Amino acid sequence: MEDSEKKAPSVIDRYFTRWYRTDLKGKSCEDHCILQHSNRICVITLAESHPILQNGRKIKNINYQISDGCSRLKNKVSGKSKRGGQFLTEFAPLCRITCTDEQEYTIFSCIRGRLLEVNEAILNKPDLLLEKPSTEGYIAVILPKFEESKSVTEGLLTREQYEEVLTKRNQQEEPC
Amino acid sequence: MLSFKEKDRPIVRKLLCAGCCVRCVLRFCCVGTCSAYRRSYEDIHKELLAFISEESSPQPHDASGEEKTDEPTNKRLRIDEGSTEGSVTAAQTDSDICPVCLGVLQDFCEPTFAKQVSDAVKNQQYEFDSLVLTVSLPAQLSVREHSCWLHVKKEIREKSMCLGKEDVIQVKDAFKWAVQGKIGQELGAAVLANSSCEVSVGFMHPETEEDCHFLANTCPDCFKPTKNKASIFTRMAVVKALEKISEEKFSRHYPCPPKKTNTRCTALDTTCLHTSVFIAGRYNKFSRELPQTPWVIDGERRMDGSVEELIAAPLLSSFRADGFNFSSSGREDVDVRTLGNGRPFAVELLNPHRAKFNRTEIKQLQETINQSSDKIRVRDLQIVTREATSRMKEGEEEKTKTYSALIWTQKAIDSTDLEFLANIKDLKIAQKTPLRVLHRRPLAVRPRLIHSMSSIYLDRHHFTLKLCTQAGTYIKEFVHGDFGRTKPNLCDLMKTNADILELDVESVDIDWPPAIPD
Repeated sequence: MEDSEKKAPSVIDRYFTRWYRTDLKGKSCEDHCILQHSNRICVITLAESHPILQNGRKIKNINYQISDGCSRLKNKVSGKSKRGGQFLTEFAPLCRITCTDEQEYTIFSCIRGRLLEVNEAILNKPDLLLEKPSTEGYIAVILPKFEESKSVTEGLLTREQYEEVLTKRNQQEEPC
Repeated sequence: MLSFKEKDRPIVRKLLCAGCCVRCVLRFCCVGTCSAYRRSYEDIHKELLAFISEESSPQPHDASGEEKTDEPTNKRLRIDEGSTEGSVTAAQTDSDICPVCLGVLQDFCEPTFAKQVSDAVKNQQYEFDSLVLTVSLPAQLSVREHSCWLHVKKEIREKSMCLGKEDVIQVKDAFKWAVQGKIGQELGAAVLANSSCEVSVGFMHPETEEDCHFLANTCPDCFKPTKNKASIFTRMAVVKALEKISEEKFSRHYPCPPKKTNTRCTALDTTCLHTSVFIAGRYNKFSRELPQTPWVIDGERRMDGSVEELIAAPLLSSFRADGFNFSSSGREDVDVRTLGNGRPFAVELLNPHRAKFNRTEIKQLQETINQSSDKIRVRDLQIVTREATSRMKEGEEEKTKTYSALIWTQKAIDSTDLEFLANIKDLKIAQKTPLRVLHRRPLAVRPRLIHSMSSIYLDRHHFTLKLCTQAGTYIKEFVHGDFGRTKPNLCDLMKTNADILELDVESVDIDWPPAIPD
């Protein structure tokens, strides 16, 4: 066995495909990463290029109450078919994150599907989102409709396409 | 010789007038001896005729309160000629098919039919020493029986006697008594009230299917609408309606006695069914590329073979069964091996054509399974009862399991970093439904116990972790944390990212099925 940091593929590499949506709602660099499991369940996370994760920013507040009538925390699913989960479209807001520099960011669903859960651990420990955005700092888990399992990622970028976007940005030196 | 009573005489007369067959006559006389129905049609007929032509002390025909009745001798001649006393309706056909049993107790009680049934059973090649005979009759026979009973009741009520419907021998029983001797003889098996082998004989009569329909109007609440296009006139529904309907109403809608028909019943194909046999044992799985059950997605096979198919195939062919159901005390992933004594399982073999195997033969079957593949191994193979299989499912929820896992750590470790693991006892963890099964399981939080752990240091980034856990614990998720949804997890305990590279089940701690020494 190798005595090094290099190792076999991680849990994400083994079970998930990475998809990306960049510049959500036209806001520069607000990139999301959607981890799609082979069983079609999707985990919504911040992409590594998202502004929240840059320049040592700190989080002041995470709010799942996205409107007067709707809090993602109130989402309750029951049974195998996950009845009761809020149905989301691509631009449905999941939460609003305010940083200590008063910048506010909205995190979006990016895909159509039923909301299964939002990550409550980051409410208590926002640093999780900063330290482990791809694992323990995930935002939400969404179950697409069975008939839409394949089509749900149409319109999302693959890892390669995302990296091309990043390269182009660096060349244009856009501030993030 | 049949022993009739005086009160039977008017019943016999009335039924013969109505065209009933001789065995139906015996039934309404409550003759309960099996041998009576085995006798030939001619024999029974002769005796009945002899009975009704006997005279007891001369009595006036309409004397009230008298038990004994009397008929003038010319009555017998009239009956022989087929004419009647006027209690039969005008629309009488010439057929000699019994209007009550529609022929079931006539030609179908002859030895030729019994031989036909036996031959059909022999063709299906079952092995058995006993069988139970079941008979299914068309629903309209209950209507005709009811009609005939009312017809007879009217007559004897006038003579202040009573005949309960339950006292009348059922068509089914009379038929079985008539044929089971011959069937048992042909097949060399005892015909019992209960047996693991069931021979089913059925009859239908399309000509009179509408006989029941009037009941839907008189007792509509007895008939529930059916889901598929099946008839609502089930036997049970018809029987229920007949219990409810008043005699007067029935007589208005249906002739008493029942009208004769042009055709007799047709026999359906004789079918056989053997009750399931259960084989239990324990299996080992040595391959990391073998699912427990067939892996099919969208109709396509994802991986060849499965534990259940490897175990069931030789059993299916030796027991000559139509199919099987496989169940086990929990299960493991495709990439997980099952070592040690193995995992208890049970295979239900459906409709086995052969069910008796001795210990040596079962041992041989075990060998066959073990020789067929090096990916699995089976031990303690044995026939068990259906009830015993519930012990196995107990194990799934209550018993403990032990595992061995190959762990990778992101930070470099030395053997002292692992010592603390051995001191942890009964660690409480909370596992949200793992993402990898969340598409087919409800979202929930499962509290579980890690009873104990121990470790074997391998190198700076690897060690073997042994665990003993409560049943139902997701080991992989305990190791890598599943996005933090299992808490606490090994990453928390070791304060580093960790992942599981290999997993083996070392033992499933349940002492069923009983061990069979080699």
